[in-house]
Amino acid sequence: MSPGRMARAAAAALFLSACALPVHALDRAAVQRLAFGESDERLAAIGALVAEGDPRAAEVLRALAEGEMQTSGKAVLIVKGEQALDAFTLQDVPLPAEREDVVANNRLRGAIGDALAALKLLSPEASERAAAAKVLAGGADAGMRGLIEKAIAQEKEADIRATLEMVLAGMQLKGGSKEERLAAIRTLGGSGNPSSKTLLLEVANDADEEIRLAAQRSLRAIEGRLAWGERIGLAFAGVSLGSILLLAALGLAITYGLMGVINMAHGELIMIGAYATYVVQGFFRNSAFFDWYLLAAVPAAFVVSGLVGMALERSVIRWLYGRPLETLLATWGISLVLIQTMRTLFGAQNVQVENPAFMSGGVQLLANLVLPWNRIMIVAFAAAVLVSMWLLLTKTRMGLHMRGVTQNRAMASCVGVPTARVDTWAFGLGSGIAGLAGCALSQVGNVGPDLGQGYIVDSFMVVVFGGVGQLAGTVLAALVLGFANKLLESWSGAVLAKIAVLVFIIVFIQRRPQGLFALKGRAVEA
Amino acid sequence: MSAVPAMVKGARKPGMLPIGSIRFWLAAAAAFVACVLFPVLNLWVPAEHPLHLSSFWVTLAGKIMCYAIVAVALDLVWGYAGILSLGHGLFFALGGYAMGMHLMRQIGREGQYQSELPDFMVFLDWKELPWHWWMTDSFLWSLALVILVPGVLAFVFGYFAFRSRVKGVYFSIITQALTFAAMLLFFRNATGFGGNNGFTDFKRILGFSVTAPETRMVLFLVTALTLLGVLLLSHRIVKSKFGRVLAAIRDAEQRVMFCGYDTVHYKVAIFTLSAVLCGIAGALYVPQVGIINPGEMSPANSIEMAIWVAVGGRGTLIGAVLGAGLVNGAKSYFTVAFPEYWLYFLGAIFILVTLFLPKGVLSLARRGA
Repeated sequence: MSPGRMARAAAAALFLSACALPVHALDRAAVQRLAFGESDERLAAIGALVAEGDPRAAEVLRALAEGEMQTSGKAVLIVKGEQALDAFTLQDVPLPAEREDVVANNRLRGAIGDALAALKLLSPEASERAAAAKVLAGGADAGMRGLIEKAIAQEKEADIRATLEMVLAGMQLKGGSKEERLAAIRTLGGSGNPSSKTLLLEVANDADEEIRLAAQRSLRAIEGRLAWGERIGLAFAGVSLGSILLLAALGLAITYGLMGVINMAHGELIMIGAYATYVVQGFFRNSAFFDWYLLAAVPAAFVVSGLVGMALERSVIRWLYGRPLETLLATWGISLVLIQTMRTLFGAQNVQVENPAFMSGGVQLLANLVLPWNRIMIVAFAAAVLVSMWLLLTKTRMGLHMRGVTQNRAMASCVGVPTARVDTWAFGLGSGIAGLAGCALSQVGNVGPDLGQGYIVDSFMVVVFGGVGQLAGTVLAALVLGFANKLLESWSGAVLAKIAVLVFIIVFIQRRPQGLFALKGRAVEA
Repeated sequence: MSAVPAMVKGARKPGMLPIGSIRFWLAAAAAFVACVLFPVLNLWVPAEHPLHLSSFWVTLAGKIMCYAIVAVALDLVWGYAGILSLGHGLFFALGGYAMGMHLMRQIGREGQYQSELPDFMVFLDWKELPWHWWMTDSFLWSLALVILVPGVLAFVFGYFAFRSRVKGVYFSIITQALTFAAMLLFFRNATGFGGNNGFTDFKRILGFSVTAPETRMVLFLVTALTLLGVLLLSHRIVKSKFGRVLAAIRDAEQRVMFCGYDTVHYKVAIFTLSAVLCGIAGALYVPQVGIINPGEMSPANSIEMAIWVAVGGRGTLIGAVLGAGLVNGAKSYFTVAFPEYWLYFLGAIFILVTLFLPKGVLSLARRGA
């Protein structure tokens, strides 16, 4: 026989022996102790049952936890309604008349919970095993050690095996020989898990010098890795906040930056986009395609906010070009009307916008670093919006017209650009992008009539900081402000960070009134 | 723009109303209503009499007069010097907080926790007053704070902003950011101004109970006289050479600079004066209304102040007073009668006034006359 065949035969034999297990009964003594013993004895019995790795042990433990276990004389039964099973063999037996309940206290119940999780380690489903390993990583009883060793030997998924090895190392650290403990310390040192750090801290002042030194070395290694996790997490939080600011400010970069219209209702256009998402979600509520409602919500939010924006431009803003302060007041009035309209239509309370299933959860990058999917999606979305806006402005005829009108309205008009219509479309575009921002924000925050008010100061800060009329400036400003905010937040708390950033911008504007990217030449005084 | 109506031609000292003119009689009538009619109807006409004026109306009128002072102050910077500040709510609130600190100290041991410290400090488990509460038990020092805090802040902020030639919408936006930042700061409990709830439950002012009708009437009269004083002062200012330079800055700042004026000084001076007037208005407002909290610093409040001026007619002092009265009167009516329509109404005012009445309701009256 070739070695490969031999291995396969051995595996088959192992499989057969695993299948053969259920044929004989459970450890009778252990079940007896579980039913009749004192508290500590019963805990030990749970460990003994689990160590066998028998799926029927799970049934017995579950019955005990749920109060279905009863005794009659020496017999231990699992009683469900009128049906009784023998707890050793799980065969049907007649229901005796004289029975007594077996009571499980909270401590026992906790141990059973862990044990049931541990038994799942042997489940054929990798996802169940992974979940079980995660439960054990949160703290496992020493009694589980046998089972865990067995599970490690069988496990083929590297992630799960690594988690289990950590759990085992934790156990060895507490109650093993010196060699085992040193090995465990080395294993723990290889992880980047905050709980391994806690374990190591316990032995960092151990009486044994060799162990103490090894533990301190491993601790340093872990701390280095944890610090990286924190730094990357902070950077990601900065990018994430930056992309939200960017989305909120991009629309404004067109309406204010390119057209010079101070639109105080910009926040409300964001809010309308969020409500459009909510309405679209309602259409998909009970359908099989609920997870894909965002595909419909994104264009809907863009179109609805864009149309509202175009209507505003035609009815109000058009008459106020060249009078920025009046525009500011009129658009503020518009924002009040829009807020109250939403209150009348949808109520003053926040509405519920759910994440589709694929956006919940996150990617585990390091042991202490999870990047949530919805944040990743928003960063990607902001980048996509930015790129499409850039393409629209630079590669299309519409964009050419818009830039032309911005640079020299009279000349553009002379060569036949319909400036009034371009204004309407440009304002609609800026408003539509605000709607897209609303759609994105609905995935990470509350959606209510006041949603936009929270973003208006921020988005103006981004545009002003970046330099009016500069797309690149807007992007850079959004990212810088996002980073600065998160960095300060980790030192001083969210509110002080926000204040510091606002004060910084106020001071910055004094030094460079034209923002990061200054326009040069005549346009400055215009 | 011609803020000087035709009827006041002729050589006379600036800032004086000619006896016998319509405006003199209007001012006299307003003074009579405030100083004679209100006290008599409120204090000496018995409560069951149909002509009795309840304390509610006295407080409301007092409150609106405080707003009118703010409107005049804002009109000085916006209507005359062309600087739209969206942060005047901050100066108003700072004056209010300075007065509020004194009123909190006056509560003494009558608070819920019977402590020398204000209740919210006991609640936060503070053992002594923070440094910025120094001397706030002295009424005079509190009055000084009412003037100094908004004044110094406006001076410093204005000096740097105007020196860097921040103007127009930029200035509006950074003043808005300033009041927004201050609001966030005051919302924190650790800042030492009662956080979210601000100051309330005042007991007495200068030893007199704040709820007594007589005290309220005195506060009302003080407010009325202050408003009158502010109007006279502002009238003097806008008719003086200083005021004319301000108007010139509004209309063509570069030309004024080329004529050799340092516009920064003019702008800083009027901005600081305006902030001080707002602080005084806030200090009068707090004992009458009985509460001050960081909500007063919200950007929305400051923008609303601009609309008072716009509604009345900017560039005219009496227009600012009129606008503050009209908008706030409407607000008091709407928020009771149809609360859900108030924002529609306010929003519509913002839109319609800017589109159709750029010079305010006073221009209607002028057109009619």
